[in-house]
Amino acid sequence: MNRSIVNRRHRIDLFVTILSTVMTGAVLFTLGAILVTLVWNGLPAIKPSLFLESTPPPGSKGGLANAIFGSLVMTLLGILIATPIGIFAGTFLAEYARDSWLAKTVRFINDILLSAPSIIIGLFVYSIVVVGMGHFSGWAGVVALAIIAIPIIVRTTEDMLLLVPDALREAGAALGTPRWMVITRISYRAAFQGLLTGVLLAVARVSGETAPLLFTALNNQFWNANLNAPMANLPVVIFQFAMSPYEDWRQLAWGGALLITMTVLALNIAARYSVNQRARS
Amino acid sequence: MYENPSDQNQSTQMTRSHIGTRFGDPIFQMLTFAFAIMVLLILGGVILTLCEGAWPALRVFGPAFVWTASWNPVTKNFGALVPLIGTMITALIAMLIGVPFSFGLALFLTEICPHGIRQPIAIAIELLAAVPSIIYGIWGLFILAPLFQRTIEPLLISSLGPLPLIGALFQGPPIGIGMLLAGLILGLMVLPFITAVMREVFLSVPQVLRESAYGLGATRWEVTWRVVLPYCRTGVVGGIMLGLGRALGETMAVTFVIGNAHHLSTSLLAPGTTISATLANEFTEADGEIYTASLIGLGLVLFVLTFFVLAIGKRLLLGAQARTTLA
Repeated sequence: MNRSIVNRRHRIDLFVTILSTVMTGAVLFTLGAILVTLVWNGLPAIKPSLFLESTPPPGSKGGLANAIFGSLVMTLLGILIATPIGIFAGTFLAEYARDSWLAKTVRFINDILLSAPSIIIGLFVYSIVVVGMGHFSGWAGVVALAIIAIPIIVRTTEDMLLLVPDALREAGAALGTPRWMVITRISYRAAFQGLLTGVLLAVARVSGETAPLLFTALNNQFWNANLNAPMANLPVVIFQFAMSPYEDWRQLAWGGALLITMTVLALNIAARYSVNQRARS
Repeated sequence: MYENPSDQNQSTQMTRSHIGTRFGDPIFQMLTFAFAIMVLLILGGVILTLCEGAWPALRVFGPAFVWTASWNPVTKNFGALVPLIGTMITALIAMLIGVPFSFGLALFLTEICPHGIRQPIAIAIELLAAVPSIIYGIWGLFILAPLFQRTIEPLLISSLGPLPLIGALFQGPPIGIGMLLAGLILGLMVLPFITAVMREVFLSVPQVLRESAYGLGATRWEVTWRVVLPYCRTGVVGGIMLGLGRALGETMAVTFVIGNAHHLSTSLLAPGTTISATLANEFTEADGEIYTASLIGLGLVLFVLTFFVLAIGKRLLLGAQARTTLA
């Protein structure tokens, strides 16, 4: 055996091993760096006034109360619309159609929608809702967020229902249970935590979405609970304030950014935890 | 005659379940069917409204809209070339950064990492995918851009700038924001997606193949490069395409750091624009039918581009999946 070739092969192996370890370290370091800078810059802005006062004009004090409220309302309504649609469509794929060409098409299109640029969804909703109503509105934002959320819920619903063993369905059917009852009483119950996970992930994704809200909900400097009017929301306010030259606006933007990131990460960890719980039981 | 009090109860239950069998099933099935069709309708609606919205611009400029470089709201002369090239260049930089890193990470997570900490590291990387894009934008603008301006870009200009050919990519003043920074941030953003797919397809390679290669004395790198990778090549390419689709359409992070300048430049350090950044910056301020229509036309170009990239990626992944279930 040629010693030098063996040595060279092992040197290459060692090099690649070290390189990929360093790469992983660098990526983890970046994640850490993002979180640390967010906390470092955002924490000073987290005080009661952030949650109690509306967005200020430059140079005066204020908070993000209207934006937080708008984000909560629009996210909640968007998810309320998307959940039944997503769960039923996912049910169709997993329980009724499975391998038919229609299911394959829907699955394919759904996966494309899942990664389609969210700004395109914004354009779409602008063209049908904003142009239709004649003005920007909270409702348009709700519709845009719902369209972003639907593919996520469809996907997880299908995946989770497919994890339910067919033996359970057959046992139900053997007792004479109608199919819809097998689905609602057996499949849904067995996959409940998985379905919940899908909804949680959708909430997490939607609550950070900015691009589709730019042309739909727009923004509003004042407290507003009317969904027919433009509505303030955290992501767009962060965008506007961060791009501004005013120091106090930037400060608020960091505070909002910290708030959103923590919410999104907490939701993701909660969703993961509920899946793990399921896997264990 | 003795009557069982629960008899009555039972018979109503019978009728109820009878009705449930007769009407419940078709109603429930139609309901799920209708919502599944709705997913198709959403995509159809997106295509239709984009075409309709872009029509005034396409009628005036024709197909030349795609390769015209001017973008002038005053003379009302619009073309998609500059943002389109910006989109492609930033996505290309993102891939050049994202793909090797994803490969390294997937290799680390499937072959090198001790089993105990694989899951936590994989979760941490997935959290990177969960961070909203606006956070990457704000972080890139306030943390990375100053770093680029003060350290990295002067270094690039002085070291690579004088070189022939590639030197042209690193010219001009170091201002921090620009194509290079946007591409870097995009790379960081798509990395977790590609890593997740690569890890999954690496794990789909039968353990027997790995073990027989190790048994022949192959090193870890040789097993990965010569056995694992050839086995799941289509899946890996599919994952890269999905990442590319995301990089092409990403909006907010790019809008923060690209500089939004409508001109072509050979230098990667110069500010530029992408389709999504142009839309985010100009759409609500566009006045006049032709301006709005041109912006929607940009959206249409972006949509067609991402649609094909994502569709190809998805196809490859489905093919790879079918192969592993057969094997």
